[in-house]
Order: sequence, then C-alpha cells, then structure tokens
Amino acid sequence: MPRVLAAPRQKLRRRRVLALAAAAAVPLLLAFAGTAFGSAIAPETGGSPNADKIHTLYWAVMIVAIIVFLGVEGALFYSLFKFRARRGAVAAQIRGNTRLEIGWTVGAAVILVVLAVVTFIELPGIRNPPNSGPNGLQLADRVLVAAGPTKALPPNGKSLNICVNGQQYVWRYTYASNCNNAPLNSVFSYEQMVVPTDTTVTLDINSQDVAHSWWIPRLGGKFDAIPGYTNHTWFKVPGKLAGTTFTGQCAELCGRNHANMIAEVTAMTPDNFEAWLDRQRAAIRQADQAAARQRQRVQQGQAPGG
Amino acid sequence: MATQEITAPVAVPQVAARSVERERTGWTSWVTTTDHKRIGIMYLVLTFVFFLLGGTEALLIRLQLAQANNTLLDPETYNQLITMHGTTMIFLFVVPVMAGFGNYFLPLMIGARDMAFPKLNALSFWLLAAGGLVFYGSIFFSPPECGWTCYTPLSEAQYLPSGGVDAWIYLIHLTGLSSLVGAVNFYVTIANMRAPGMGWGRLPLFVWALLIYAILLILALPVIAGAVTLLLTDRHFGTHFYDPSNGGSPLLYQHLFWFFGHPEVYIMVLPGFGIISEVLPVFARKPIFGYKAIAASTVVIAFLSLLVWAHHMFATPSPTFVFVFFMMSSFLIAVPTGVKMFNWVATLWRGTIEFTTALLFCAGFLGTFLIGGITGIFLAVFPIDWQLTDTYFVVAHFHYVLMGGAVFAVFAGIYYWFPKITGRLLSEGLGKLSFWLMLIGFQVTFLIQHSIGLDGMPRRVYEYADVGHLELYNLISTIGSFILGIGIIVTVINVLRSTKHGVIAGPDPWKANTLEWFTSSPPPVNNFDVIPRVRSVEPMKDIRRQVERQMGETASRPAPAPESSIQA
Repeated sequence: MPRVLAAPRQKLRRRRVLALAAAAAVPLLLAFAGTAFGSAIAPETGGSPNADKIHTLYWAVMIVAIIVFLGVEGALFYSLFKFRARRGAVAAQIRGNTRLEIGWTVGAAVILVVLAVVTFIELPGIRNPPNSGPNGLQLADRVLVAAGPTKALPPNGKSLNICVNGQQYVWRYTYASNCNNAPLNSVFSYEQMVVPTDTTVTLDINSQDVAHSWWIPRLGGKFDAIPGYTNHTWFKVPGKLAGTTFTGQCAELCGRNHANMIAEVTAMTPDNFEAWLDRQRAAIRQADQAAARQRQRVQQGQAPGG
Repeated sequence: MATQEITAPVAVPQVAARSVERERTGWTSWVTTTDHKRIGIMYLVLTFVFFLLGGTEALLIRLQLAQANNTLLDPETYNQLITMHGTTMIFLFVVPVMAGFGNYFLPLMIGARDMAFPKLNALSFWLLAAGGLVFYGSIFFSPPECGWTCYTPLSEAQYLPSGGVDAWIYLIHLTGLSSLVGAVNFYVTIANMRAPGMGWGRLPLFVWALLIYAILLILALPVIAGAVTLLLTDRHFGTHFYDPSNGGSPLLYQHLFWFFGHPEVYIMVLPGFGIISEVLPVFARKPIFGYKAIAASTVVIAFLSLLVWAHHMFATPSPTFVFVFFMMSSFLIAVPTGVKMFNWVATLWRGTIEFTTALLFCAGFLGTFLIGGITGIFLAVFPIDWQLTDTYFVVAHFHYVLMGGAVFAVFAGIYYWFPKITGRLLSEGLGKLSFWLMLIGFQVTFLIQHSIGLDGMPRRVYEYADVGHLELYNLISTIGSFILGIGIIVTVINVLRSTKHGVIAGPDPWKANTLEWFTSSPPPVNNFDVIPRVRSVEPMKDIRRQVERQMGETASRPAPAPESSIQA
C-alpha cells in the first residue's frame, strides 16, 4: 500500500524538481546567450546614454515578455500533451468562468500598466539631452546651438548643433546653430560626421528629396528625415570612445540605392575635433577660392581648368 | 416541447429545389455564377494562385539575401519584388482569402440559402480578379518600386515616373471596391438572413469575426481610396497634396495610409481568429471557453484598431504626446488580444484533443501568434521602437502576426472545411507533413530575423555588408524559407490529389458544431432544403443529440434512416 502511494508521489516530486531546474536554467541560458551572441537579442548600445537607456528599457520589457511567453506557451503545451484524446477520456463541458476571465483581463492590464510606468521612468533620459561633460568641447563659439521652442536642449542650453540633411543617396552634415539659415561658409561634410567626445550633440534632421531615416544603432534610435519637416535627436559619446567610428545607414526605403546610403559618426577628443574643424574650414575656403578663379576664367572667356 | 420543432420537417413532405432546375456545368457556368459557393471556390483558388506568386517573390528575395553583397538581383528588380510580394500577400491573398471562406461558409453557417446580394457578390469577385490582373500586368512594363506602403514623396511622379505606381493605385482601388462591396454583402447577410433562433448570442464565432471584418473594411477602405486618389492627382494632374515645397505634406500620406493600414492588420487576422475559434472546440470536443468574451474582444479589438495607427510612425517628426497616446492605445489593444489567447488555451484545457491536421495548424497558430503579439509590445514602447522600426525585427514581427496569425489559420480552415467544399477528405499524412515543414520552416526563417534586425540590418535593402553574423543569420533565414515553401507545396499537392482521390467525407466527418455540417458535402445549390431551428451556439450538437433520442424511440419499429430525416 505505501509503495503504491509512494510511486506517484515520487514521480510528482521528480517532476517538481525538473520544473524548478528548468525555471532556474532559463535565466542562465539567457545570460549565456547574451554574452555569446552580443547584440543578437538586444539593440546595440554603448555609444550614448540614450542608446544605453533604450537598452535598459528593452531588457525590462524582455523580462516581462519571457515570463508571459513561458507562462502561455507552457499552458499551451501542457494542455496539448495532457489532454490528448485517450480511450475513455471525457471532455469537461466547461463553457467559461467569469471570475477567471475577469482575472486574466485585469492581469494583462496590470502587466501593461507596469510596462508603461517603466517607460515613463526611462523616457526623460532618452528624450532629453543632458549637459556636456567637463571634458567636452567648450561651446563658446558660433557652433553653439540656438534655443528653439520646438526642440529639447540640455538644461544649460548648450549643445553642438549639426544639421543632418538626407538626399538620394548620401547624408550631408552642416555644422551650424540655425539650420534654416546656416551661413554659407559653415563647415560641412558628407557621409562621415565628426563629433567631439563628452559633448552633447543635437541633430536637426531633414531631407531635400524623399523620406530617409537617420540611424546609428549605438547612438540611439531612428529619426525620419522628411522633406518639409525637421526632426530632432541627440547623442553624447563618452570620452573613452575617442577615435571610434560608429556606422549606420538610412532606414527608410528611399529608392534604388537605399542599401548603400551609409552614415558614419567618428568621435574625437575636443582638441582633435577643433583641429578637424579648422582643416575643413581651410579646405572649404580653398575650394571656394578655386571655384571663384574658375568662374572668373569662364567669364573672361578662357577655357576652364586648373 | 422543444424537440417538436426539430422533428417537424419529418412530417412535412419536402420538395428539393435542386431537382427543379438542373445544375449547370462547364466554364460559362463558373463565369456567370452567382452561387456563393462557386464564388467562394473561385475566391479561394484565385487567392491561392496569388499566394504562390507572392511566395515565389519571397523566395527570390531570400535568395538575393542569402549572401552578403549578392549580385543575383539588381536593386531595381529587388525593390519591385518587395513591392509585389507585400502588395500581393496583403491585397490579393490574406484579405480576399478570408472573403473566400466568408463567401462559402457564411450563408451555410447561419443557415441561409445564399448571400443577400448574389450578383453584387459576383461583382466583388470579378473586381478582385481585375485588380490582380492590372497589378500583375505591370510586370510587362515596370512594376512599382516603392514598397507596399508606397510612401510619398518616393511614389510621386518626380521620383518614380513609370506606370508601376499607377498600376498599384489601380489595384488599391479595384480590390478596395471589391472588398467594400463584399463587406456590405456580408453585413446585410448576417444582419438579415440568420436561421430562426440564431440570435446574436448564438452566432458562430467565425461569423462574428466576419461581421467585424466587414465593419472594419467599410470604415477603413474609403480612407486609403482617398489617400491613393490624392496620390494619383499629384502624379498626373498637378496637385500638391503631398508635396512639401508647395504646402503639401508627406506625413499626411503616412497618417492616411496607416489610418487604413492598421485596421487592415485586424481585417486580416480577425477572420483567422474566427477560424481558430471554430476549429479548436470541435477537436478538443469541448465548447469554446468564454464565447461572450471572445465575441466581445473581437468588437473591442476592432474599435481600438482604429486608434493605434501612428505607432507605425514613431520615428517621424511628431510631438512626444502623440507617441505617448499611441503607445498607450497599442498597449490597450493587447488586452483583448491576450484575452482571446487565454480563452483558446482554456478551450483545450481538460478537453479530449484529437490531433487532426486542422488542430495542429491551430496549435501552430497559438504558439506562433503569441510570439508576434509579444514582439508587438516591444514595438509599442516608442523609445524601443526607435531602435527596432524599419529593421528586420519588424519584418519578423509582422510575419509572426500575419503568417502565424492569418496563414496558419487559413491552413487550419483549409483542412477543416475542404471535406465540405469537395465532399472528400484531405490526406492527413500529407497534411501533417505539410504542417511540420511549414512550422519548422517558418520558425527557422523568421525567429532569426529578430536578431538580424537587432544586429542593425534595415528592411528593404537589396544588399548588406558582411558585418557581425549577418551573413550567417541571413543564410539560416533563407534555408528556412525554402523549407516553408516545400511545406506549402505539400498542401497544394494534397489539395490537388484529394479533390479527385480523397476519401469520401460524408456530411459531417468531424462531428462539428455549426450548421454547414448539417447539409450534404458538397452542399446542393440551395444549401438546405430544411433550415433547422437554432437553440444554442452549437446547433449540430443539439441535432445529433436529437437524432440519438429519435433512434432510441424508433429502435423497435422500422423507420426512415435518421440521416435522411434530417437531410429531408
């Protein structure tokens, strides 16, 4: 008699141990997967605080998602295996259970409220740019951002402003505080953006032809470049990443060469950045002068060249 | 006494209407038909042809992406293929295939002899065929290259001057009209032609889903029709609705498109939900758990689906408040969807589950669609969406929703209803083979695409550089897509074979619950000679019980076979 009773109880205990082991194994496996595959199960991160906070938020949602996933798939598979048709089995003719149904409706709603609260806690750190760090570029010259009612600025109102312009199939960057009225001699570059580290960089993003989307995964999310509109985002590369180049590409179908509309952001120390600015300025001045000479020659009826 | 009403037909001599006029045959009878069953079959066949075309396009896309920097396809062809694939699957397969099932089974399930407007019904089929023809006609000059969304300004004449975009606009108009006409027909039929006793609380859940499908189509389609008409006049008649340099707005197009586009998602999945709600209880041998909750959640989902459109636009220049609103509304829609999920699992709970192919597809649906629902929550949180939108994560998400949520349900529907349509059973062996190939192929193709997106690969790119594991992941995905393709071909073979050689099914092979199983397989032209009175959500259960009782009573004396007394 005890033996007869003990067998199912042992089986039950064994099953419970197995279930516990499985529950413990999942986070371990996930941790392993996280290190083994790196970015394969979460967005890329590490280039800017907003990308880091999005990553944190992603994992908060992920944990809830894993619990829901295991719960529902578990119930599904358990039902499929446990209640398969057997000889003599009779299906329980249950039509519903109001309490249970209200319970899981409220349960689902509560989970979503929790996710909403977590999002609202993380949101300011993602949406609002912070002040530049002590080792950042000392923003005193004409590359200072102009305050605007439509975009978020750092608390002290100082950030390096860059105008990002999408065009089939290249990105143009203009270093100016007012993108609608940038001085003609502003520093600009194509494809490769150069920024100082530890400095808050705000971007004014627009397009001059079709819709594009600005995206450097490690520097935060995507922001569409739509003609007629200006979109805004920011990033701040930590000082230790000086010399790093972050890559990304246009994320909105913009035509045949969409796949090759590349964007690069190279972070430099503020000193190197200022040197780069000077080099660009000189190069642009030289090019302008060369163009002016050429114009003169054309006007004088000489053959263009040299 | 309750039983009297069902047995009444036995006493009255029946005249079978099908013997009055001979059924016509030959191809002209198909072209001129207004019989909802023939129209339904034509819908199913035509939409499956488009499904196979769209699938072939998908395989070409996957072949191109199997290797980094592949040169198999040029960028122009690639963009045409993604446009054709998306447009075909949405406008020429998933939406109309639901109309196909609706056409065939809606009248049968509510005990009607045809749709309310049979000629309108034929019109809606031929409009669909015309839309498909116009769209696929463009492959002979230049197919559209703007993706299935055809965002402006890319789709404006300045950037895509060829006629492909115009063919796309015509397709939207023609299939839109087709669906609109069909939706009115469904609505009127459901509202007016239900069997005696079939109140709203006894409507089969598939019919509930079709009712809401019809309402959503009526609400959403005029918006897209308007949006593409403005695009057409922009392209050809000098207007500037979407031209920012002349006071127009490209964002307006996006808002109009998604005001239609998101209800469209539910237009595609709600009838799928309906099929699941019909098939699960039959093979679990248990009533559906929480009939009212499932019907009510369908209505709530439809209402909320009209309020979530801008979650497709989280990366656009819009105020934070707008993002917060659409995040919260998208969260809200997860609640009724979750409720359905719980109810379906609870329907299996303590049942006696028979693992037919139809049930397997339902189980595959539940497990797969759940993942699509969960990734949807990630995308609803707009800061996370900033990282995920327009990447392969989104591609994975909506394939989990549409393939898992709609296509698996459609296949469950095929295996469940094929015997009714043809009178023959599909082979279960081939069916199960097809199911496992499709399930495994699907997961291999699309699970890894989440990682492809998280690794930084945007969607709609014809080539990519081999950074990180991208090439490996893409190769895995391509291999999966071919397994999936083989799985679908197995079902096609199964259907073609079983139409001729399948086992004769009889009127009710599954011992199912709803009225379509009351008539013969395939049903006669007039569907029912006698329409039984409906007393519950499972009228066939009542009728079987009734027959058993009658057999008990008449066991002592020779009587007409119970089958014939019901069939009259």
